[in-house]
Amino acid sequence: MTAVLRDVTTLSVRGLRLVRRDLDAMITAVVLPVVILLLFVLVFGGALDTGTGYITYVTPGVILLAAGFGAANTALAVERDMSGGMVERLRSMPVAAWTVLTGHVVASLVKNLVSTAIVFGVSILMGFRPEATALEWLAAVGVILLFVGWITWLAALVGVLVRSPDAAGGFTFGVMFLPYVSSAFVPVETLPTWLRGFAEHQPVTPVIETVRALLAGGTVPGDVVALALAWCLGLGVASAVAAGLAFRACR
Amino acid sequence: MTAIVTAEGLRKSFARRGAPPTPVLDGLDLEVDEGTVLALLGPNGAGKTTTVRILSTLLRPDAGRATVAGLDVVADARRVRELISLTGQQVAVDDKLTGAENLAMMGHLAHLPRRAIRDRVEELLAAFDLTAAAGRRVGTWSGGMRRRLDLAAGLLTRPRVMYLDEPTTGLDPRSRQALWDVVRDVVAGGTSVLLTTQYLEEADRLAQRVALVDGGRVVAEGAPARLKREVGEAGVELDLASAADAARVARALGPVSVDGTRVRVPTDGSVAHVRSVLTTVEDTGVVPEHWAVRAPTLDDVFLALTGESGAAERPARAEVAA
Repeated sequence: MTAVLRDVTTLSVRGLRLVRRDLDAMITAVVLPVVILLLFVLVFGGALDTGTGYITYVTPGVILLAAGFGAANTALAVERDMSGGMVERLRSMPVAAWTVLTGHVVASLVKNLVSTAIVFGVSILMGFRPEATALEWLAAVGVILLFVGWITWLAALVGVLVRSPDAAGGFTFGVMFLPYVSSAFVPVETLPTWLRGFAEHQPVTPVIETVRALLAGGTVPGDVVALALAWCLGLGVASAVAAGLAFRACR
Repeated sequence: MTAIVTAEGLRKSFARRGAPPTPVLDGLDLEVDEGTVLALLGPNGAGKTTTVRILSTLLRPDAGRATVAGLDVVADARRVRELISLTGQQVAVDDKLTGAENLAMMGHLAHLPRRAIRDRVEELLAAFDLTAAAGRRVGTWSGGMRRRLDLAAGLLTRPRVMYLDEPTTGLDPRSRQALWDVVRDVVAGGTSVLLTTQYLEEADRLAQRVALVDGGRVVAEGAPARLKREVGEAGVELDLASAADAARVARALGPVSVDGTRVRVPTDGSVAHVRSVLTTVEDTGVVPEHWAVRAPTLDDVFLALTGESGAAERPARAEVAA
């Protein structure tokens, strides 16, 4: 067990170093979320009436969108390990080779924590005034990380399954659409009926609603929180198990 | 001498979509003697890499049995992994990490004591002539340096057996030479090596024994010198200006083989015999454009023993009998 822990630590340190030295990943993690935030608030914000200040409304959505972009980097990194010699080498060593996936997931969580802090920082500078207590802040960030964890395990699964970097990159496209068709940027009620059904029953909407409610400092509807946690944990565990199984089967 | 790696009757087929499974290994046997280098020599698709993958626990054989230090590679895979190191065809190092970081990471993954890692890394960097570049990212290194680092990464634990799958493919001659020196040092340190290669010279230079693989089985096995002897004797080869000249020289020399403008005379390689051949040629008044004494190479062994594909590539030789 201690050996597995050491492997996870070693490979997490590796994952973090790879992310920090990957210009692409750093731009995706640091610059892109801010650009998206500015785009939504300054360009679209004026035309959108969401009841509250649009910046208050949109900030959680930008963070989840950024997590989706960042996940593509994880899929690419995993694909690179699979098709390069790294996984082969690890498998010939007395190492639990699947821990290489865990390393990438830990790196992604840390990276998204940084993105989240930056988006909140810029957003507050632009007039976002969350009324959350410290505990509510913690809870909000926790829910965001659960979401990131799910998306990243899904990305790891994609990285294991695909046979080329291009296919791994295509994954971004899929996850990018989830936040758009949710309550992240516009209230669900403004969507056409046929889209509303999807938007109300996909994981991003309850996660967004939970984070938004926590930050507003108001009461958070219990059923929405339960739904958000169930989506993230359920899909997260399913993705992690699938990634692990696919990893073992790839031999 | 005792065998450290053994394989008996290894079979492996791979399923292809819409086609019956293709057999890649068809009853392959081999032994690596402790402290020596065995070269698996064969064309693309002969089954070399599949053999290495089975022997390094990455792949299960469909049939047959393989052991490392007496441990079964399937049943005792975990313990086998503590004894071996694999350097695959692709360089398995991280371009974004420095050389020292790459090695330290492998040291942690090999579960070396933390305090020992630093010293071992420095030792290996020095041994592989990489100390000067150790602090730079590997992405900026040359192909030869990356290959050396890749080898070093496999040596952190001082493995009993090292598998090298086409280690010098794509390297320039100087890097290849440097890598051969490294392999010799590794063997001198007591590690046994199983090496796959397409380069006959490499097998000849490094290996005590060569196993020729074709169609998923070993078609010939032995010391490089013995294999070469099996294929034939040395010959004096003369390249003439025209086929007419070649015929004239051949008539004077007696039983020789002629191939277009080239005449080949079997020889024992002694000074006396070579001199007598050259004197006979000189007496005909024909001046060869080029001549050489050529001993059989592993190329000849390779072509002679690797079946139809090899035979088809051989130039046709016309026999001229006296």
